[in-house]
Amino acid sequence: MTHKQDIRFIQGNVAMVEGAIAAGARFYAGYPITPSSEVAEMSSIRLPQEGGLYVQMEDELASMAAIIGASASGKKSYTATSGPGFSLMQENLGVAVMAEVPCVIINVQRSGPSTGLATKPAQGDFMQSRWGTHGDHGIIVLSPSTAQDCYDLMIDAFNFSEKYRTPVVFLADEIVGHIREKVIIREIDENKIVQRKQPKCKPEEYQTFMQDEDGIAPLAPYGSDYIVRLSGSGHDNKGFPCSRPDNADKFIRHYTDKIEKNYKDIVKVRKYNLEDSDITLVTFGGSTRSSLEAMNMAREEGMKVGVLQLVTLWPFAEDEVKEVLINSNAVIVPEMNLGQMIGEVQKLNDYRTPVLGINKVNSEPITPKEILDKIAEVKNESTRVFG
Amino acid sequence: MKAQEYLVKEKLPLFWCAGCGNGSVLHAILRCFEKLNYTRENTVVVTGIGCWGKADDYVDTNTFHGTHGRALAFGTGIKLANPELNVVVLMGDGDGATIGGNHLIHAARRNVDVTAIVVNNLNYGMTGGQYSGTTPHEKITSTSRYGHIEHGFDLSGLVAAAGASYVSRGTTYGIVQLEKFIFEALQKKGFSFVEAISQCPTHFGRLNGMKKPADMLNWFKENSVSISAAEKLTQNERENKFVLGNFVNKENEDYSTKYLRVINDAKKSKEGGK
Repeated sequence: MTHKQDIRFIQGNVAMVEGAIAAGARFYAGYPITPSSEVAEMSSIRLPQEGGLYVQMEDELASMAAIIGASASGKKSYTATSGPGFSLMQENLGVAVMAEVPCVIINVQRSGPSTGLATKPAQGDFMQSRWGTHGDHGIIVLSPSTAQDCYDLMIDAFNFSEKYRTPVVFLADEIVGHIREKVIIREIDENKIVQRKQPKCKPEEYQTFMQDEDGIAPLAPYGSDYIVRLSGSGHDNKGFPCSRPDNADKFIRHYTDKIEKNYKDIVKVRKYNLEDSDITLVTFGGSTRSSLEAMNMAREEGMKVGVLQLVTLWPFAEDEVKEVLINSNAVIVPEMNLGQMIGEVQKLNDYRTPVLGINKVNSEPITPKEILDKIAEVKNESTRVFG
Repeated sequence: MKAQEYLVKEKLPLFWCAGCGNGSVLHAILRCFEKLNYTRENTVVVTGIGCWGKADDYVDTNTFHGTHGRALAFGTGIKLANPELNVVVLMGDGDGATIGGNHLIHAARRNVDVTAIVVNNLNYGMTGGQYSGTTPHEKITSTSRYGHIEHGFDLSGLVAAAGASYVSRGTTYGIVQLEKFIFEALQKKGFSFVEAISQCPTHFGRLNGMKKPADMLNWFKENSVSISAAEKLTQNERENKFVLGNFVNKENEDYSTKYLRVINDAKKSKEGGK
């Protein structure tokens, strides 16, 4: 199936649905919650047009379970939620990790904790997206900053999910979910769409969790010639319960390794003016928009400011962040939380580079002016030499 | 395929306690698979957590072992994504009726074409015999030592009220009748539900003066009444009885069949312009 190129003026939330469909998703189960509701609404209209299915479940726990079940039956599946709903999905997100079932979870972040300020922007789920479910595991988290990203990156989200047999979190925020912008619904080359690896062995030899040399086990759908045993409990290669210590160790490390060891393939960043930047803004999601504007304003005043946008949030872009820590006189991390990502940046800072946060949790976006003020503050206070 | 051929023999003997009713129910289910010529490839057994949630360990079909209480939600996704599959969801009373109660009523209301078999042993067996959502009033469990002050759910009544297409209740004492109910449920298009009252001599029986498995089976026998006999009892008398029989058996279009019309309408509306 080819997708005709189309230029539209749509919300980020709507672009996510088009991206999911272009990636081959044909199943959505969810529970509506602001500010992600348009994803549900548009999915209910668009999926049946493509022969897919939308089902509104009784809560987020059921939604997460249903998309895992649908994926096990061979349909690329996704759900969308916001803050409190994302918390409710965490237990079964762990099932997708443990049973290695591909699926995509959109979280259009809102203010919290608890109900918070239900319709206001925030970026408080940076850590929840990494460590929300219990137990050790790796995870892939992508974060869009434009409506176009909502389309393009969603295709990457499904591709990573299928390639690595893992859940992928699409961590948007209210700014990006609700912004209306020009979006090019690109024509997608079918060769760029990843389908999960299928077994080539005889049916009687198939083991649901037997890894190939690349560390990923083929996953046949229910209803094929292969018998599939999926389990959220500790299991052996065949999918039978197994609590042997060596087996537990092997599988739990596998859930981390299959993500972390493919860092180069998964991590995406965008670099703006990093060649000569004295002060570098490290950003993600909606805050990137203000950061780019602040960078442009600062450049007009002759200050050498650059931006490193983390498009992949997890695994964390360690090499790229280290590079800006080495090459900048100061690093500023604007985020709409009290400092979740800055901690990760500081962990990597063996270079005594001043790292400052701009942290806002009053339900309003960070403005370019606030970033400019912080840049001025750094210039005045830092003992480092600025070019 | 013979019933025994659906069993994963290298996993035997069964993990369950001596005298537990789960083996009887599992055997009844596998005999029904045999009668209906279910293939391994076209069948998915879905379980949650608890003693009965271990049932999939012994079944040689496709399986999905999920989280506590959510088996029906996994089953819903499995079935809706591939309506050709036979999806059989096995849950205990803790799993299906207590933590998963919300999913149970909504799956019934939605009329997804799956068969749910709840083995109701009136307590949480695996965690050590604490009270569940079906523990009868005044019974003793490890967390109701002074007598249970809550009243247990009438599970079959609950699922019937929620809109299931098929609802029956039997006991492990009347295993022939129970197997007949399972056989009917598996054949039913739409949401079908069988409640199997089963003995847990290790926990529930021991604390309630029925230490031997046979004592519990006799308790079921002596306190069971048919639906018609139950109509003559007062509310109080009914509460202490196991009302057995077929409560609902109706024709009601299932979710997947209805959704095919949604797909057809949506495709037409797309062709007619955005």
